[in-house]
Amino acid sequence: MYTEQVMDHFTNPRNVGEIPDADGVGEVGNAKCGDIMKMYIKVKDGVITDVKFKTYGCGSAIATSSIATEMIKGHTLEEALTLSNQAVVEALGGLPAHKIHCSVLAEESIKAAIADYYKRQGIDPGPLVGQQSDCAHCCEA
Amino acid sequence: MHPMIYADNAATTSLSPAVLEKMTPYLTQYYGNPSSLYSFSDAPQKAVARAREQVAAVLGAQPNEIYFTSGGSESDNWALKGMAQALRRKGKTHIITSAFEHHAVLHTVNALQKQGFAVTLLPVHENGLVRPDELAAALREDTGLVSIMLANNEIGTIQPIKELAAVAKAHGAVFHTDAVQAVGHIPVNVAELGVDMLSLSAHKFHGPKGVGALYVRRGVVPDILIDGGAQERGRRAGTENVAGIVGLGEAITLAAANMDQIAPKLRELRDYFIDHALSIPRSRVNGDRVHRLPGNVNMCFEGIEGESLLLLLDLQGICASSGSACTSGSLDPSHVLLAIGLPHEVAHGSLRLSFGDETTMEDVQYILEKLGPIVERLRAMSPLWERIQNENR
Repeated sequence: MYTEQVMDHFTNPRNVGEIPDADGVGEVGNAKCGDIMKMYIKVKDGVITDVKFKTYGCGSAIATSSIATEMIKGHTLEEALTLSNQAVVEALGGLPAHKIHCSVLAEESIKAAIADYYKRQGIDPGPLVGQQSDCAHCCEA
Repeated sequence: MHPMIYADNAATTSLSPAVLEKMTPYLTQYYGNPSSLYSFSDAPQKAVARAREQVAAVLGAQPNEIYFTSGGSESDNWALKGMAQALRRKGKTHIITSAFEHHAVLHTVNALQKQGFAVTLLPVHENGLVRPDELAAALREDTGLVSIMLANNEIGTIQPIKELAAVAKAHGAVFHTDAVQAVGHIPVNVAELGVDMLSLSAHKFHGPKGVGALYVRRGVVPDILIDGGAQERGRRAGTENVAGIVGLGEAITLAAANMDQIAPKLRELRDYFIDHALSIPRSRVNGDRVHRLPGNVNMCFEGIEGESLLLLLDLQGICASSGSACTSGSLDPSHVLLAIGLPHEVAHGSLRLSFGDETTMEDVQYILEKLGPIVERLRAMSPLWERIQNENR
């Protein structure tokens, strides 16, 4: 059902864990839907120097979180904000149709973490991060 | 890698080599159409008749009360749609079933509802059991049909069918039971149970896929579902699946003969597994522990999601199933687990193991050995588990 890349990231997830002194934390999804993603970022001079995630969910939820962390680590906040769910799906070699919402969760969790970072810096995240969703209903899409 | 451990016998079972041996000649040598007149068709004709006698003998029925079908879903569809239509002519348009039936029943009554039938779904409570007094209270003047499954396919709970059928009978309603998970695993006798119709499927007890039967008590006449030729005494058209029917007859006979030997072993494996798996923190058993199929385990582990659990078990060679939304292909977790009152987030973390006669104590211990660390690993990366931990601090 899953591609090799999905199974690889699911069985050997990259950047799992927490950052106790994170500069931004974002959490999206909900338990009722069966998936929650939590992203922690460390930011220095506008660059994401470290990122960790924790995910409750199915195989593709864990795999999308894992690959998304790899795709933003070492990149600027602006670059990270351009990461789309389609890019995550492509990097994984595709996802089954009913799992696409997992990639949306990954995109939204990164946006949420960056928005949290801006807020902590006293910057309004609205104009920078754009439209956000907590994906409380992503599973119903 | 460890050799595969198949612990999903509620989904399907292996075809018994002895059953296959009996079937093969009817695929190769005796391929004649049982409806044909020439003597070449005598053998398949006799084989179908013999299988009918075998099924009837195990169920305590008469051979002419057994109708072969394509499987459990067709049997359920025929019993419900056929009976509902027949009863409508008598002004009986109310159907009672339970909230946690197999989809072959639930989706069928949904279809009937769209055709104007009224449907009541009985609750199944935390223990996964339908209560006869609640059936009695749900009966209406226009209730014509009651359908309650004998054993649940996910949590394995065995319903008090004898009591339920008696309640329906006293009211003059026709009683059907979906016994797909029960036949071949626990004693099922239609006379003792007092049911009017009963569905079964061969591949759940080491028979072939694509063949099943509907028991219809003499005097009970559901409308025809499959129109066409005069097979099955004019009640179910279609050239007989002769090899499949032979396999069904053989498999049900073997299952009945081996039951006394296998069921106690399965109960031991089941109870051993559950007792040990319960040592995992925040785990629970779903469904009554006593009124339960011998080989059924269904548990929830909070803070994790079932599909990732299944994938990691699969990597260890273990075939299992789950009622999580991700594995059901729908957005909601199992309707069975929701029906017994589990919150969505708990139901997502479910695991069903169904042991069979090939399962050994070593297999059970191996699964237990792998399960704990897998649950731990998924919880370690789960923000939901983190939340549960914080709430209980």
